[in-house]
Amino acid sequence: MVGAGLVLAGVALLVTALPAFAQEAAREPAYRNFPWIGSRLAVWAVAQLHLNFAAFILGVPIFAVIIEIIGWRTRDPRYDWLSHEFVKLTFAAFSTTALLGALLLFLFVGYYPKFWTYMTSIFFPTYWVYALLFFAETFTVYLWYYGWDWLSGSRKWIHVSLGVLSNLFGTAILFLANSWVTFMVSPAGVDESGALKGGVWAAINNYAWMPINIHRLIANIVFGGTIAAAYAAFRFLGARTDEERARYDWMGYIGNFVALSAFIVLPFAGYYLGREIYAFNQTMGITMMGGFMSWLWIIQAILIGVLFIGSNYYLWLGMERIPGSERYRKYVPPMLIILAIGFMVWATPRSMVVTLDEARAMGGTHHPILGFLGVMSAKNTAVNLMILTTFLSFVLYRRANRVSQKPWVKTGMAVQWAVIALAAVIVTFYGVYGYFVESLVRIGFSVYQVVAVLAAIVIVMAIDIPMFKGARSTGVIRWGTIAPRSQYVLIILAVTFTWLMGLMGFARSGIRQHWHVYGVLRDTSAEAVTPALGYAANVISVVTLVFFALVMFIFWLGGLSEKGKAGAHGHVAPAIAGGSEDHG
Amino acid sequence: MNLLRSRLVQAALILIVSYLIFQFAIRPPAPFSVLSLYMGIVLLAVLVYVSSDSDSWRAFLRPMHATLVDPGKRALRLALMIVIPLLLGYYAYTQAAAKPQAPPELRAVHPAPPDTIQFRGKDFKIAGGDNPLRKDAAAIPKHVAAGGEIYVRNCMYCHGDNLDGKGHFAHGFNPPPANFQDPGTIAMLQEAFLFWRIAKGGPGLPKEATPWNSVMPAWEDRLTEEQIWQVIMYLYDATGQQPRRWETAHGAH
Ligand code: HEC
Repeated sequence: MVGAGLVLAGVALLVTALPAFAQEAAREPAYRNFPWIGSRLAVWAVAQLHLNFAAFILGVPIFAVIIEIIGWRTRDPRYDWLSHEFVKLTFAAFSTTALLGALLLFLFVGYYPKFWTYMTSIFFPTYWVYALLFFAETFTVYLWYYGWDWLSGSRKWIHVSLGVLSNLFGTAILFLANSWVTFMVSPAGVDESGALKGGVWAAINNYAWMPINIHRLIANIVFGGTIAAAYAAFRFLGARTDEERARYDWMGYIGNFVALSAFIVLPFAGYYLGREIYAFNQTMGITMMGGFMSWLWIIQAILIGVLFIGSNYYLWLGMERIPGSERYRKYVPPMLIILAIGFMVWATPRSMVVTLDEARAMGGTHHPILGFLGVMSAKNTAVNLMILTTFLSFVLYRRANRVSQKPWVKTGMAVQWAVIALAAVIVTFYGVYGYFVESLVRIGFSVYQVVAVLAAIVIVMAIDIPMFKGARSTGVIRWGTIAPRSQYVLIILAVTFTWLMGLMGFARSGIRQHWHVYGVLRDTSAEAVTPALGYAANVISVVTLVFFALVMFIFWLGGLSEKGKAGAHGHVAPAIAGGSEDHG
Repeated sequence: MNLLRSRLVQAALILIVSYLIFQFAIRPPAPFSVLSLYMGIVLLAVLVYVSSDSDSWRAFLRPMHATLVDPGKRALRLALMIVIPLLLGYYAYTQAAAKPQAPPELRAVHPAPPDTIQFRGKDFKIAGGDNPLRKDAAAIPKHVAAGGEIYVRNCMYCHGDNLDGKGHFAHGFNPPPANFQDPGTIAMLQEAFLFWRIAKGGPGLPKEATPWNSVMPAWEDRLTEEQIWQVIMYLYDATGQQPRRWETAHGAH
């Protein structure tokens, strides 16, 4: 872990040395060529890797601290163990993140000097803040991790506060880095020539900044959850004892639960981001949604469809380890049908790949019937219904081994079903009605759809929690008995989500087209063309592979130290087999 | 019916029925690319269905396992060993054999418009631009009527007298002329976008819209600015569509 400190010191040094760099840069060439693969590919790959790691180490602590708090309040040692386990993973990935960040910086300084000089001319004051935040973050995480035993018992509150604090620092770092990235997409606070008009705040607070902050924050939680779940799956599959299996089954479940909860709101955040990009520049908005990137969204839809079906599948498989869940088996086929149809609608392209004959048969480039499924109205409806179904899956899972003892249970359930049905009706109604109004009105409809779904989720949970308080149990969850194929699902989810993140990164970066900073600083390098989707997909796949190879290596390293002092450390895992009634 | 109870048979049935529905219930037929996408999703759903609990998964695998190892199933095994490679070979053949047809195309039908264009030598704003003829509400019927005449003289041969893209010449062209009745064309475009497309036609399409071999003519030398706005008004009026409005940009650019 000393490595992390060294890298940090290096970064800090570099940051302080930057003004000198900037002067030098004036006499430098605008670009240098990275040997063999070219500068763009080098920067792309390193940036994506750095982002993956950063997302992981920023996302995991968010729920790790929540889990720690749960453990602290409920005095259930399992949660404390789990939280520690999560932070351990973060910790293992910490130095790699910093290393990649430094590497990325070197690449910028060395291969894109003109660009970097420009960015520095705008953002120099923030570099300082960034370096300071990074120090603060590192030290709090170190304290948080190493002080686990020291700050236990009556001092636990200090420990929890450290966790919260490191999250605050982490989020601040994320927001700051986002300001640079979003400035490149939607620059603000600069004049025609690109010079800063007022303070740096205007450049930070550009159009895409807040939406990206929110979007990335949520996505990091999803990402952290899926990677942690994949780690657990890995350990589950390699486990030798039932005890170990039970523990990692549970960890995987929690990881997936975290990912799923955050994932459900992610489409809304993405929608908000898209709206702001439109508001910033319509041409850019059209390029993104309807122009050369329109196919990217079909691929995105396929990936998200896989994520939806995969996480539901995991929940259904998980029901098998819960005695009493047989009652709910019959809901699986209808839910699956809704998910599959929603998936089809969402993945239906607006402009299809057609041969000439097919185009003639269709009487145009758009299919007269399927074409209706290609527009926003249909897609919003589909995704909202899929979210609702996933939520239903979760509600059924939650009550799988519980029988409510409340006298009002009949009414309660009736209201719940009615609320879900009503939300589905509202979503469908606005989806269909959307075809009969002009697009500006239609865009407003999606807000009603979202509100209906979110309201349904809140109301159903508000009834569910008291309804199942003190419920009769039909048997304890048999952790560790889940079918092994469920664990492969967890791994697939993690890989899919990582790939999806790479794709969205390409979208964010690609909409700038031949600009470093959109409309301000032109990309005059030989590689200014926006790469084709197929090429991008290959790059993303390779980087995703590299990422997982690195992650496996790092986790393996983490496991080594564990083997050495098994039991000696204060964190002997508590027994889990049999589990508890309450989870999540 | 014991057969229907078998998970394997159920799975096969679902696949076949969905295929029949996609292939024959959707008229005009869905393009192959979409069909395979749908079938892929159905296949995924079927696999999830048969494996979402362990009993059913075992039941699903049992007949396959039996076919592979049961001494009594030798004949079936042999038959499959011949049929499956043959099918694969046939598939490979259909993929490799040359077809008298252009390969399928993937195009961006509505590329992003330029911010401004040159119209008869002067700068013309597209992004955020509105139809000036709509200002005077009383004159709208007159403009629509004029637009109708322009349409019949210039556009009908391709875009059709019903504005549905089925004009006399339409069959000769790929991509086919736009169908204005379709809610996915002019109904989701701003009038200024149409102005750009009509003025600059196929040749004026940006690079990102390649591969593009549109025959849509560039009308800027044949129609005046006013005439183009008029024919646009006619398109919306005759199809009953509303042009998309620009969002009120509260924006930097
Ligand atoms: C030679 C045949 C032909 C003629 C004549 C013709 N068009 Fe087109 N038009 C096309 C084709 C083909 C397309 C579709 C390909 C494209 O978008 O460029 C098209 C597309 C369009 C579009 C774009 C629609 C969309 O959804 O993007 C508009 C608008 C349009 N035509 C208007 C007109 C008008 C107005 C006239 C008469 C002044 C006209 N066209 C005359 C062939 C023609």
